[in-house]
Amino acid sequence: MKRSRLVLVGNGMAGVRTLEELLKLAPDHYDITVFGAEPHGNYNRILLSPVLAGEMKLPEIMLNDLDWYRDNGITLHAGRKVVKIDRIRRKVVAEDGTEESYDRLLLATGSVPFMPPIPGRDLPGVLAYRDIADTEAMIEAAQAHRHAVVIGGGLLGLEAANGLKLRGMDVTVVHLADWLMERQLDQVSADMLQASLEARGLTFLLGKQTEAFVQGESGRVCAVRMKDGLEIPADLVVVAAGIRPNTALAESAGLHCNRGIVVNDTLQTYDPRIYAVGECVAHRGIAYGLVAPLFEQGKVAANHLANYGIARYSGSTVSTKLKVTGIDVFSAGDFSGGGKTEEIVLHDRKAGVYKKLVIENERIVGAVLYGDTADSSWYFQLMRDGKDIGDIRGHLMIGQNHIGDVGHQGKSHAAELPDSFEVCGCNGVCKGTIVKAIKEKGLFSLDDVRKHTKASSSCGSCTGLVEQILASTVGGAYQQTESKKKPVCGCTDRTHEEVRRAIREHRLLSIADAMRFLEWRTPDGCASCRPALNYYLISTWPHEAKDDPQSRFINERAHANIQKDGTFSVVPRMWGGLTTPDELRRIADVAEKYAIPTVKVTGGQRIDLLGIRKADLPGVWADLGMPSGHAYGKSIRTVKTCVGSEHCRFGTQQSMSMGVALEKMLYGMGSPHKVKLAVSGCPRNCAEAGIKDVGVIGVDSGWEIYVAGNGGIKTEVAQFLCKVKTREEAMEVTAAFLQLYREEGWYLERTVHYVQRVGLDHVKQAVVEDMEKRRALHARLLFALKDYEDPWRAAVEQPLVRREFEPLEA
Amino acid sequence: MNTVLAKNKTAAAWKPICALEDIPRLGSRVVKSAGGDIAVFRTAEDEVYALHDKCPHKGGPLSQGIVHGRRVTCPMHGWNLQLDSGEAVAPDVGHCGTFNVKVEDGQVFLAA
Repeated sequence: MKRSRLVLVGNGMAGVRTLEELLKLAPDHYDITVFGAEPHGNYNRILLSPVLAGEMKLPEIMLNDLDWYRDNGITLHAGRKVVKIDRIRRKVVAEDGTEESYDRLLLATGSVPFMPPIPGRDLPGVLAYRDIADTEAMIEAAQAHRHAVVIGGGLLGLEAANGLKLRGMDVTVVHLADWLMERQLDQVSADMLQASLEARGLTFLLGKQTEAFVQGESGRVCAVRMKDGLEIPADLVVVAAGIRPNTALAESAGLHCNRGIVVNDTLQTYDPRIYAVGECVAHRGIAYGLVAPLFEQGKVAANHLANYGIARYSGSTVSTKLKVTGIDVFSAGDFSGGGKTEEIVLHDRKAGVYKKLVIENERIVGAVLYGDTADSSWYFQLMRDGKDIGDIRGHLMIGQNHIGDVGHQGKSHAAELPDSFEVCGCNGVCKGTIVKAIKEKGLFSLDDVRKHTKASSSCGSCTGLVEQILASTVGGAYQQTESKKKPVCGCTDRTHEEVRRAIREHRLLSIADAMRFLEWRTPDGCASCRPALNYYLISTWPHEAKDDPQSRFINERAHANIQKDGTFSVVPRMWGGLTTPDELRRIADVAEKYAIPTVKVTGGQRIDLLGIRKADLPGVWADLGMPSGHAYGKSIRTVKTCVGSEHCRFGTQQSMSMGVALEKMLYGMGSPHKVKLAVSGCPRNCAEAGIKDVGVIGVDSGWEIYVAGNGGIKTEVAQFLCKVKTREEAMEVTAAFLQLYREEGWYLERTVHYVQRVGLDHVKQAVVEDMEKRRALHARLLFALKDYEDPWRAAVEQPLVRREFEPLEA
Repeated sequence: MNTVLAKNKTAAAWKPICALEDIPRLGSRVVKSAGGDIAVFRTAEDEVYALHDKCPHKGGPLSQGIVHGRRVTCPMHGWNLQLDSGEAVAPDVGHCGTFNVKVEDGQVFLAA
């Protein structure tokens, strides 16, 4: 089949990112040709400021060198500017006469600096700040000249001014508005920014309008004259008065433009064969000038160019960071407030810290941070997810490390950490390794960093810190994924929520059906999505959907825990942590008979036999004659109990028998992640019920029930759910809560994260307040667990199951 | 079913190991051999592949991993290995030894 021809006009970050996304989806669909006006490969334009400041060198900011184009079979016309699109004959023509035909055309022409009509703007020494050539011209000028004037005190202007100052020039910033970066900062933070830039030797003229650039004797610019008559010396003038979408080419081809090339939610222009992405685009009336939205657009455009046709771009929430080393500024959303909004403000003038959060209906709608931006990613995430901050209001200003799921290692400010700092304790990854991978491999997202370095790919407690490192290394190019929109895995664009809903609403009963219906990209998924799908199917349609052992992690297939040397561990069930002399004798006999090297008491009040060869497992189970403890499963693990009023002189309730009853009720319950319970017989809480998924605490007048605690990666204290009078009620509430979690939780989401996501009120409503719902949930759980068969006995008795454990001989 | 799936690169003799039906689809069986365990995999399309049962990363038993497409995910730290070539899937870098296997009349033969 003849391949279609795709031509990209604009060899910048948005266009090339779209190609990269496209090559991932449909590597062989197109013959691709790229035109770029600049004579380079694709580079990270955001990092021009560090280059100007002398902190980075040009090769360090290249994203795609010429080899990349060659390796991917892409024809690159670098340094050739396209001047005409012939939409009838479907071809583009470059300045030098080069022609290329297209079946589909992608425009990513970016933006052009806005040059106000100031007399003298064509003089030598007057520059805009946009590309490598401008940057090089500024570096050159800094070597030969002394006085620089920057017109415009916005983001780009300040970065230019800072760079020129570091290059040894005397720099004055002229700004029309009354304070700096007025589109991103309020006056308080802007004043703080100005003070610290003045301390670095920059001079500011605010509220001033430029009248003319004055020509000197050499023919070069020599001064800038203001409307009020003030004249300041200038050998170099950098105009940073904003950017305008570069629509000249599109307009000349008759494409509809309105402050940008107008596109729909699929990034298609008014000509269906022509797509457009990046700063040149106007989407729903907005032209974005920051990189994160451009990447989101690229992903959607690639999806449609690959003929997948399912992605939509619905606009972006953007944030800004200033890339001036040592000055931390962050701004996002509606930072000025007013109207129905309220504000939380922290202002420590002496320490140079200012934080303002703008809040509407208990949701963050805007933020300005100055001096301490460590929590910017967190605030931004809360803002984009539209999360209700009612519960954490009091902690918001103190920061995420004191509250969210960053864990013990999110404390330090990423930028200040030494390269040798171990960021990921699970995989032994240091900061230096992460920074190196980000720079050398051009990584932009958390997922990329996880894949390449393994940092934060195991327990995830360092995720926040890895995000901070990413943000501080790539600057504004950092893309944060919206947790609610995250796809299940690389095999699909569907989220966990969408998958669960489809399985429920369309009565999908097998993995193959689900993958077909949800248009999975891979024939049989991967090790991430198959276990999730399997769980969703059997938890949604118990006794109807068939369990698929091959889609379970080895521990759940072998009904034992795999250890680092490939042997397994076996934990027999001891209901409520109770055992008998007879069981203990059998355990001792088994340990001797199979020469089991390690016998250990677990934290869940049971006995662990470690170091068993897989082939011995059925024999061990047969000799033990005890049911499986499911110590290996995404399922109910244990119900830990204290002695309770059966023996204890302080006990108020019979915690042991309550624990046994709960464990028997829940026996065999599969869940999104592991589930641990505890029952204490009095508020002394010796069973540690405060850090369990469900903790039941006996008091004189009944039982208190706590949910969503966690003693793992980051200790989370369980939240009070309700108090009930009778044992039966306590069991019904426990069952209802766990069934709700089973039905709504995402695979591998612990109860603590589930409850954080849906809110405790939602849980209370279904489990405590609405008696009908509670009873229905309870009944659905009991129905799902009906006729559950002990997996160990099945393996002992059924030859076909036993096969899993028997090696073959060659 | 007469497809010879692996390239003949060694002259080892073919030995019958089991029936194709003895290996679960998208699953594997372990074959004990003098040179260490060998993992024999069966894909959804009934193709059969054999790898040294030792992940190049930290020696995890690949036979215990989840099989998808022509890949297996190591149960220890999640490396993905290509069943046909034994190569680790990027960005990981590593190689795992492969063995010749074939299926004839529903019988699986291994040359190791």
